[in-house]
Amino acid sequence: MINEELELQKFEQKIANGEKIEPKDWMPEKYRKQLIRMIAQHAHSEIVGMLPEGNWITRAPSLRRKMVLLAKVQDEGGHGLYLYSAAETLGADRKDLIEALLNGKMKYSNIFNYPTLSWADIGIIGWLVDGAAIVNQTMLAKCSYGPYSRAMIRICKEENFHKRQGYENVSVLAQGNAKQKQMVQDALNRWWWQTLMMFGPHDENSTNTVDLMRWKIKLETNDSLRQRFINLTIPQAYAIGLTIPDNDLKYNEKTQNWEIGKINFDELYNVINGNGPCNRIRIAERKKSYEEGNWVRIAAENYALKNKNNYGTK
Amino acid sequence: MFEKKIEENLFQLLVQIADDKLILGHRLSEWCGHAPILEEDIALANIALDNIGQANSLYQIAVKLENKNRSEDELAFFRDEREFRNIQIVELPKGDFAFTIVRQFLYDNFSFLLFQKFCDSNFIELSDVSKKIVKEISYNLRHSKEWILRLGIGTEESKFNTQKAIDKIWEFTNEMFEFGNVENFLIEKNIIPNLDTIKTDWELSVKKIFDNTNLQIPNISYFASGGRNGFHTEYLGYLLAEMQIVARSNPNVKW
Repeated sequence: MINEELELQKFEQKIANGEKIEPKDWMPEKYRKQLIRMIAQHAHSEIVGMLPEGNWITRAPSLRRKMVLLAKVQDEGGHGLYLYSAAETLGADRKDLIEALLNGKMKYSNIFNYPTLSWADIGIIGWLVDGAAIVNQTMLAKCSYGPYSRAMIRICKEENFHKRQGYENVSVLAQGNAKQKQMVQDALNRWWWQTLMMFGPHDENSTNTVDLMRWKIKLETNDSLRQRFINLTIPQAYAIGLTIPDNDLKYNEKTQNWEIGKINFDELYNVINGNGPCNRIRIAERKKSYEEGNWVRIAAENYALKNKNNYGTK
Repeated sequence: MFEKKIEENLFQLLVQIADDKLILGHRLSEWCGHAPILEEDIALANIALDNIGQANSLYQIAVKLENKNRSEDELAFFRDEREFRNIQIVELPKGDFAFTIVRQFLYDNFSFLLFQKFCDSNFIELSDVSKKIVKEISYNLRHSKEWILRLGIGTEESKFNTQKAIDKIWEFTNEMFEFGNVENFLIEKNIIPNLDTIKTDWELSVKKIFDNTNLQIPNISYFASGGRNGFHTEYLGYLLAEMQIVARSNPNVKW
């Protein structure tokens, strides 16, 4: 017990000094569990997020847009892979994590429980959803756990590309013909509030924040990250003539913040509890692919085993 | 550069091959988010991207030759079924993982041999772009070949599924060695290779891997034909309907 306390002291001192915690270092069980939960949830979000965007690959309206979208969705898969590996450095197993996702024991970002209903949604997701992810991940890149922090640095670079491509896509539509303008404004109307909810509940209702911040798994609160995103995004919307769907939106000269209306968190909790428009569809789709791929995974494992044995006898 | 007749024939040829790549890329992209393992979600998306990128480059050369102010997107999104010149094997629905891998393996082998030869084409634009493309195909081929081995040797079930896919696809393989009516003319000018030699090499390399895995080449007498002249399976129309819907519902705009 004394040993444990000493280790904890050393651990907390390290974090206070701004040093990174590495996989083989001692860490409190709670730290390990929180990190696995966060990293896995992040990985799940990447791979579930492939579905709403993948939904438009076959319909992208130009070859260039099709290639950009394919590359983006492929990047998301790569991020998923990278993050599952980061979770494995903490002793988790990718297969267990994926099964926990499929049987509803683990969550993913709620934003992906909304449908992509027009081509403009692809631009809006790149701009807003990836934009919000960057704000969050720029913070996580400074977190205390080495492998997660390094994964975030790399992932952020790619997300920045996605955001720029998304905004460029949105700008073209916003400057296009009436049909395109209507399409992109409609997409913004549907995604705006959902994106703001990606940052989670208000600070006073965020149960995890205190612990996460003490150990520098998280360095800023939900509300402060959300505000940064809002301040960044609103001028970008105005610059291309889009309207933010918020009648109460106003700029506060004193704080230099954009102040938004009331977020309807009932909707967020509804989606978290499994009742968003696509919760069941997304998981059913992933489950179907996973089950249909079962024989492929077994064949690959078997083949690897046979090959290994062959090497042994040679 | 070339005389008119050669340019017209070359245009036809480039569109044929580009159509193969675009349609195959489309089918591969349908896997995105649905593959058996995450690594394959990434790999298949990547290979889809390679194919669509290759289609894009080939269309660009084609429209330049044609010189009618058409864009590569017009070729992709504003032609109907009868105007597409791809072979039918690439338009077949993606099927299960075994079907996708078998098709990919058979096509990658063909495509690799073809683009190797294209590197020596007298048509500089084609030989230049082929040097880049052939590298990509060699990676694609390595991927599909390794999967044939895994599936062929892995388990009884995987072998059964793979053989079933081969039996289903085989009648569509012969079309790879047809270039419609442009063939002879361009061969004489050393612009494209003789497909008979490619066919012999293709059979050898396919057979070698199948022999390693005890997969059988089916003994059939009927082979599909006609894609190069715009004769397709019924699947292509639905594929194009999906691919072209957004572009066609709002034409003449920038995307």
